[in-house]
Amino acid sequence: MKYAYYPGCSLHSVNKSYDQSCKAVFNNLNCELTELEDWNCCGATIYMSIKEITALAVAARNLALAEKLGCDIVTPCSSCYTILNKANRYLKYNEEVFEKVNLCLKEANLTYNGTIRVRHPLDILVNDIGIEVIKLNIKIPLYGLKIANYYGCQIVRPEKGFDDRENPMSMENLFESLGAKEIYFPYKLRCCGGMLMTTFQNASLKLSKEILECAVENGADCIATTCPLCQMNLEGYQNKINKMYGTEFKMPILFFTQILGVALGIDKKELGLENNFYKCEKLEELFISSSKQNELTTAG
Amino acid sequence: MITEIEILPGILSERETILRNTFLDHTKIIPQGERIKLCIQCGTCTASCPLSYAMDITPRKLIALFRAGDMESILKSRTIWICASCYTCQTRCPSQIKVTDILYALKRTAMEKKILNTSIPTYALSQSFMKSIYKYGRLNEPRLIIKFIMKTGFWKIFNMIPLGIRMLKKNRIKFSAEKIKGITDLRKIMVKAETFDMPIEKEFPAYMPEAVGYKSIS
Repeated sequence: MKYAYYPGCSLHSVNKSYDQSCKAVFNNLNCELTELEDWNCCGATIYMSIKEITALAVAARNLALAEKLGCDIVTPCSSCYTILNKANRYLKYNEEVFEKVNLCLKEANLTYNGTIRVRHPLDILVNDIGIEVIKLNIKIPLYGLKIANYYGCQIVRPEKGFDDRENPMSMENLFESLGAKEIYFPYKLRCCGGMLMTTFQNASLKLSKEILECAVENGADCIATTCPLCQMNLEGYQNKINKMYGTEFKMPILFFTQILGVALGIDKKELGLENNFYKCEKLEELFISSSKQNELTTAG
Repeated sequence: MITEIEILPGILSERETILRNTFLDHTKIIPQGERIKLCIQCGTCTASCPLSYAMDITPRKLIALFRAGDMESILKSRTIWICASCYTCQTRCPSQIKVTDILYALKRTAMEKKILNTSIPTYALSQSFMKSIYKYGRLNEPRLIIKFIMKTGFWKIFNMIPLGIRMLKKNRIKFSAEKIKGITDLRKIMVKAETFDMPIEKEFPAYMPEAVGYKSIS
């Protein structure tokens, strides 16, 4: 299988570790990701809400480029995932929009026929590659690691995608098969505030605090997330939340590809674990115990 | 197709009629946007919304006001700028109303008619965002945030310094913006798209308190 990889702006600036870990995991599983050449910003939620046709045309440029390669587009960023999906859906639904957008693309000698799909790495890992295959490649089983699987908003909503909209289970199934322990985490779909962190911070801090509180109460060692913005909000602003609410959160927020990468035995540096603000102690323990075991087996 | 079940209880003022029609035009682009007429006022949207506590007009009330012929209040509200696009309301609506997309349509109407609530500076953020895409084709988050802060009150930058330093330590900030090779192509696409978007300039009647809602016919 071949996919056109669309990292998105966030993965090239603030969240490089997501980009690195995603590539490393797919590389490890022998799945080819070719980065879409000269991709542009998808426009995100902000652009979509203020200039619709322009936003659709900007997003459609990426879809047209991927269609040229003849493969589905894969994007790890939740916002890019919704926007590209939305553009795809709008273009298919409304002929007038379809014509207008193609007129715009013509200016750059591109056309889009609407033949490709927009997909998420989690979808590909669980449904295309398959949990059974991933299980065969495991080097460090995640025994005893308690993960709060946090999906965020935009990869499961608004339209039904690869998983259920009210109770998605892809991450739970994936990590449980790798040995992780399931915990009760009802806030897995709750909004963290998103871009409100810059425009209306108090509201966003409250939402993020509720998510962290829920994870701590249920004894999570770390939160696994699929969204770069959620990672930033939950981890980067944890100090501010602690100050504002008098809490003492020290919750590591990891990208789901980072945890999977650890299980696959990929080097820590390659996964960008050092770029995270908090260290997941339990994960470190797993590392140490596995290297000890390796020493024992080589010695014995 | 959805049949027209709306019965107009009276006559709308000129200003309200223009606002309503502009809004309805914006909903046409949304797949199944016309379902807004099927609202049963159950309040699932408001109950599901994680931010409804901070809104002045909740999502359910917003549709009620639309029916009552009071677009003016809706467009002045902070609700449309608070929405974080989590899509929970849209997913749960039993009438399958595209609530989040309707809120986008309201934002566009408010911007087109220059009725802006400045308490939540989402509009300023959008402006910086658009400029960045036009200039580089990609977005650099730290630069966007700095530009936005300069626009809305530079003293806020002091609040950002601790986080900025921590991010620099963890090697997560890069100030140089990436420029795409096909930037001229992208600009051509954007310029062309703008020609479709151009609002039709018409004399827009001024706001008068009595010009809100349906006038009852006696």
